[in-house]
Amino acid sequence: MLRYTLVRLLGAIPTLLLVIVLAFLMVHAAPGGPFDAERALPADIEANIARAYHLDEPLPQQFLRYLSGLLQGDLGPSYRYRDYTVNDLIGTAFPVSLKLGAMAMLLAVMVGVSAGSAAALRQGSYFDRTVMAFSMTGISIPVFVVAPLLVLLFAVKLQWLPAGWSSTTSASRIVLPVITLALPQIAYISRLTRASMIDVLGRDFIRTARAQGLGTMTVVRLHALRPAMLPVLSYMGPAIAAILTGSVVVEEIFGIPGLGQFFVRGALNRDYTLVLGIVVFYAALIVLLNLVVDILYGVIDPRVRRR
Amino acid sequence: MSLFSNRTVRVSGGIIFAIATVALLGPWLSPNDYLSTNFDRLLSPPTLDGARFFGTDDLGRDLFVRTMLGIRVTLVVAIVASLVSLVIGVAYGAVAGFVGGRIDAAMMRAVDTLYALPFIFFVILLMVAFERNFLLIFIAIGAVNWLDMARIVRGQTLSLREREFVEAARVMGVSPARIVFRHIAPNLLGIVVVYVTLTIPQAILVESFLSFLGLGVQEPQTSLGTLVDAGVSQMEGSTWTLLIPGGLLALILMSFNFLGDGLRDVFDARQET
Repeated sequence: MLRYTLVRLLGAIPTLLLVIVLAFLMVHAAPGGPFDAERALPADIEANIARAYHLDEPLPQQFLRYLSGLLQGDLGPSYRYRDYTVNDLIGTAFPVSLKLGAMAMLLAVMVGVSAGSAAALRQGSYFDRTVMAFSMTGISIPVFVVAPLLVLLFAVKLQWLPAGWSSTTSASRIVLPVITLALPQIAYISRLTRASMIDVLGRDFIRTARAQGLGTMTVVRLHALRPAMLPVLSYMGPAIAAILTGSVVVEEIFGIPGLGQFFVRGALNRDYTLVLGIVVFYAALIVLLNLVVDILYGVIDPRVRRR
Repeated sequence: MSLFSNRTVRVSGGIIFAIATVALLGPWLSPNDYLSTNFDRLLSPPTLDGARFFGTDDLGRDLFVRTMLGIRVTLVVAIVASLVSLVIGVAYGAVAGFVGGRIDAAMMRAVDTLYALPFIFFVILLMVAFERNFLLIFIAIGAVNWLDMARIVRGQTLSLREREFVEAARVMGVSPARIVFRHIAPNLLGIVVVYVTLTIPQAILVESFLSFLGLGVQEPQTSLGTLVDAGVSQMEGSTWTLLIPGGLLALILMSFNFLGDGLRDVFDARQET
């Protein structure tokens, strides 16, 4: 198990390096500099700024400088937020995004797995068809359409929940963002669970368990749930990426000061170091979480471990 | 044709055809145009009067014509992006599957590596770096979506490679490149059609996502994502500015998803017989 984890960790290094190189080149290939102003600055001031940020060095040297900073966990200074380093900005914004994403993921797995399993047990019933219709709709409607609709309904018309982040400090402000972020994942996970549960319930060992006189709930809990969870687990990787992407939109719409909002602002402001830093951070996060999913796979399915 | 005997294919295909036709002819038949502002009717609700079926936006521009133009842009972007991913994916997958061995393993390892990248952030980066170039949106989205296609095509090619007609071609001295493109590629058609149908909604989603963030199609041009973005800021007083483009976007995405599902059923059934 330890060996497996180590090999996977080493395997992640080329991926991360590729991300860093691609993102670095893209940012530096951009026409126009981050310090271009409306009025042209005197040449010696521009030269000073360039020297302060090491922009006057040749590109390979800049890259090595960035890489060695990364190895020490330093993402460099922000070009736009004066006196802040990218580390500072990520440090303040990430906990907000993490809370949002983790809650959405938890909600999605809980609701998706229960709804999918229940639908599989009553295949073809009214309930089953309702769940599947909801799921197809949930997959098809983009987050940035769902979010304003929920705000319109629950915040503007019914006034049950706050629409924005800064309008209140109460815990209720996180309800709408979390639901918005979780909805498409609930849709995917319930579909996946239903399909794999139907598949598992048709296998011989389930028939044996039933023949021994076990009740439906016991069969599902003790025998069916674990193998049925494997496809859901392998979907966790893409789900994590989807939640990160979705949180960019959700943070924009609800005005949440998370990482996604900093990313979009950074992109629009040409704050290259910030954007680069967030991409590298996200990539490392995705690679790490995928690794966790792979290890969990081994925990749930012992056959994977033995290979 | 068994294609149209499947109800899902018929209904979803019909909806897409209808929307595309109206989007194509609507702006041409409408007395209004997408640019003229009218300050006497800012944010007026949908009405039959003057063929303003979808009302007007905050500058008094006719939303019916703008929405139809938005659908055109969205569909064109999606189709071109899907074609880009089709060409890359089929070429890559077919070569990997046909050559096999160590080269195949290396090529598929590269695909696995690329899967782990946070692509959407790269697309955003690309849009920022290259000034929101319209052509680039196509290429960027296409470059993101070819991975699934490459995997599926490779799997199919692996099994096709062992079939008699490929062996026969090889015995007759046909060059490997010719075998891949003239003998194997046509046999991939069915599965490729299914996956292109499923790639289109993904491309639509990426395009509208970028436009929603203000990084995609720029004013006065428009797309469904741009319209939804504008609708969000007007939704409190004028719900139609959000509901109409949002609803149409969802309808188009749903139709393509159902169409892909239906086509997969049709082709699976054909393969079983």
